[in-house]
Amino acid sequence: MPTGACLDGAKLSLAIKPGMTDLHWLLISMGLAMALHISHFPAWVSALIFLFMGWRYLLEKNSRAMPRLWILVPITLFGIMGILITYRSLFGRDASVALLALMLALKLMESTTRRDYVILGFAGYFLTITAFLFNQSLLAGAFLLLPVAGITATLVGISYPHGSMSQRLRSRIAGNLLLQGIPIMLILFILFPRIPGPLWGVPQDAYSSMSGLSDNMEPGNISDLSLSAAIAFRVQFKGDIPATQQLYWRGPVLWHFDGRGWHMDNNRTRFAPENLLVTGNAVDYTVTLEPHNRQWLLMLDIPQALPAGAYPSREWQILARNPVRTRMRYAGSSHPNYTLGLDLDDRARQLALSIPSTGNPRSRELARQWQDQLKDPEQIVNAALQLFRQQAFIYTLAPPRLGNDSIDDFIFNTKRGFCEHYASSFAYLMRAAGVPARIVTGYQGGEVNPVGQYLIVRQSDAHAWAEVWLPERGWVRVDPTAAVSPSRVESGISSALPDSTLLPIMARPDYPWLRKLYLNWDAVNNGWNQWVLGYNQQRQLELLSRLSGTRVNWQDLVLWLMGSLAAFILLLCLFLFRRGKQTLDPIQTIYRRYLRKLARHGIKAMPHEGAQDVQRRASQQFPQHAAAFARIAYLYQSLRYGADADGKTMAELRISIQKLKL
Amino acid sequence: MQSPFPDSIAANQAGWKGKLRLGRPFHIPLLLTRRQLYILPSRAGWGFAIVLLAMLTGSINYTLSLGFVLTFLLAGMGLVAMLHTWRNLAWLQIEIYNPPATFAGHDAIFPLSITDTHQRERHAIAARLQDSETLYGDIPANGTLTLALKLPAKKRGWLVPGAIKLHTGFPLGLFQVWSPLATSSRCLVYPKPTDTDLPIPLDSNPGNGGKTDQRSGDEDFAGLRIYQQGDSPRRIDWKASSREQGMFTKQFQAESQQLLWLDLRTTPGTDLEHRLSQLTRWIMTAHAQHQRYGLRLPGQVFPPDNSEAHYHQCLQALALMEPN
Repeated sequence: MPTGACLDGAKLSLAIKPGMTDLHWLLISMGLAMALHISHFPAWVSALIFLFMGWRYLLEKNSRAMPRLWILVPITLFGIMGILITYRSLFGRDASVALLALMLALKLMESTTRRDYVILGFAGYFLTITAFLFNQSLLAGAFLLLPVAGITATLVGISYPHGSMSQRLRSRIAGNLLLQGIPIMLILFILFPRIPGPLWGVPQDAYSSMSGLSDNMEPGNISDLSLSAAIAFRVQFKGDIPATQQLYWRGPVLWHFDGRGWHMDNNRTRFAPENLLVTGNAVDYTVTLEPHNRQWLLMLDIPQALPAGAYPSREWQILARNPVRTRMRYAGSSHPNYTLGLDLDDRARQLALSIPSTGNPRSRELARQWQDQLKDPEQIVNAALQLFRQQAFIYTLAPPRLGNDSIDDFIFNTKRGFCEHYASSFAYLMRAAGVPARIVTGYQGGEVNPVGQYLIVRQSDAHAWAEVWLPERGWVRVDPTAAVSPSRVESGISSALPDSTLLPIMARPDYPWLRKLYLNWDAVNNGWNQWVLGYNQQRQLELLSRLSGTRVNWQDLVLWLMGSLAAFILLLCLFLFRRGKQTLDPIQTIYRRYLRKLARHGIKAMPHEGAQDVQRRASQQFPQHAAAFARIAYLYQSLRYGADADGKTMAELRISIQKLKL
Repeated sequence: MQSPFPDSIAANQAGWKGKLRLGRPFHIPLLLTRRQLYILPSRAGWGFAIVLLAMLTGSINYTLSLGFVLTFLLAGMGLVAMLHTWRNLAWLQIEIYNPPATFAGHDAIFPLSITDTHQRERHAIAARLQDSETLYGDIPANGTLTLALKLPAKKRGWLVPGAIKLHTGFPLGLFQVWSPLATSSRCLVYPKPTDTDLPIPLDSNPGNGGKTDQRSGDEDFAGLRIYQQGDSPRRIDWKASSREQGMFTKQFQAESQQLLWLDLRTTPGTDLEHRLSQLTRWIMTAHAQHQRYGLRLPGQVFPPDNSEAHYHQCLQALALMEPN
């Protein structure tokens, strides 16, 4: 035990409160976490949050006391009331996130201790994750690193209780922690058993932003959708991509007409699916469907092999068990050549012929004329298509408003409409003329992305067409829009509209370079969606089964997870617990070379031996070099302990050691 | 096995900590390795785990892939932080210096020396002695940190320090690594000097105590002693000093006349402690004035001297005086 107290170097550092540097880090990282939310917070919430942050900064800078409780409590209450007024609730997704952010900013106003900072840091992590409720794009994912790194650096500084850490050290340690955490993140992401959500009900507004087809077709529904560039789904085909006019993506089938809009049949799932006969080759494809909060899955007309867990309604609308609330990937197989529902039962015939007993007299009259003159239903279909083709019908996204007898008004007056108008009036005329008819909504066409060879189908590709039932042929697809505007069906909506400015920019034909850029970006996003966002239980098991060559189940997954985590942590331990690099001064480096040279010839210097001991032993063994050994020992010692040693001495030592030939 | 540690430490072993062997201290000096280090999540660590759990359930419920990414990244970071925290305290060589003697009423200072043996910088290493304040410090690679652990010295005698807890939560504060340490090093506590201003009894009872030397060879050369600060330059033996063996001061018989005997039995005071305090004060005063003094205690006699060693011997005898 050493004796004699030498207290000169003794430290007496006590824990102190976080300093200005710590506050800078806290404010910056909190600000970054808040910035993720700015786009969906009401302006007053954002303004208030940044006001609080500025206030806190000024208080610290001028070393002023934190505001008293009687100032903070009313502000808190006003904040809660403000949220309540803005969102009409405190518990929805949007309201609770805004509330959390606001309360965090308020907590800042009373945070002075290290413990407060830690709580704020953890809450900051949580605030960061809530941003993904609104946006999970690639960019959001990249941006997430900023607040997380900032908060981590703040916490590193906080766990250094006796002072303010240097910026460099703080950033280096935070960076190391995160970098070394990334492999664990990857292992967990790939192997952590995914449980399909949701575990409990999610707030009403959680899916409010999802768009897509609805279960009815009121005038204006689809043209609204057409203004959206949002992606409905993407399709990867196994073989060639079929011609555009074959790409009818079947969605909701509508039976009931109430004089204005069309609605689904509520009993559609209670009856067996209509009889389906297929001929020719199947088209195989995989759809990645964006969530739309409805049950239906979009599939190419007409699907035969269904995704797991999906089932067909009577009219071959494909339904999932639950509303699609997450991006979903499914495989499908469809036949373009088919015969559907050769036998029409009475209930279906009655449904497919029913029209309101009043209204639209001129259309009824026209239909009755056709029924009298033409005996064959096929002729009636053609007569209607002729009507659309020959008269001055115009395909437009901005049709005029229709009166009470909407079908009459459209056919005989305005003659300007969108696919929903044509499908609706066509089906009406058919029913009035005694030909069973129904409306099918879905998407038509899509855009081929040459980068990655897949089809992008957007909301602007939403479409409505009709199916008529003909004896011997069953339900036959008739697209009256094609009669008016063949290019809509052959080459997409952008070429069908004379004035494309109403369309979203990505659906327009101009700006080719922008489109090209966009298509590349979309290909990246597609990969992101497929592999990161769409990585669910099914994909997880698929991927691992493919990698391992055997079927992987849940238990295997846990074993793999434990195994790879243990392996990585072991590696990390080896890396972290290794001895740090010994930093040798140049003299030592040169001298070590000498010792190695001696060691090769049997003279191993012990750690306790000084330069002179080594010299003595070496001289005993190699008396012919005694002078050289003595010189080296002298030079080394004068370099180490002498006051007058300089660069020359060092150079001489190096040369003497180099010259030494044993 | 007989516990080599004082009772205060053995008492710590009781309870659940003792059963888990968590409280069993390790004896300084030692090198901290796997066997001497304990690690558990700190309170913040448990809080972090709860936040992560909330993030995980949220990610499952809303099927947030990026939520999983963030949750797993933070979980990975937590695991890595555990290793970093452990590494921060491992492979440290712990030693403790013998503390300098102190007076009752002052603080005893136990200098704890912590040396890195792994060529790594250490940050925010904390040490706490019993329930005194926690001290923090950093250690450069291969360097040493000395923390002056303070313990209030309440009464005279040997002050035996209790458990020392060496710990760190760096770099994230999510985990706490610690090592309970014990030392056999102890601090000598001299009696507390009185505040009363009784004069030194220069010519008190000529019986046995307080007796001055009878011989009065005025200005007779008596010998040399090592120079002490405050000695008159005229008394320095320059001839002897020039032999490069140190500075010497000439001593004369006249000084011996002021030679002073202190005796416990003749010291005024209500009880033993009070008298010891009084003696302590007198010894301090005499020492400060470079007076020669002797000390008589029951069973012990310290012949007159005015050296530093004598001073401490006397005080030590007072500190360790058995109460009858």
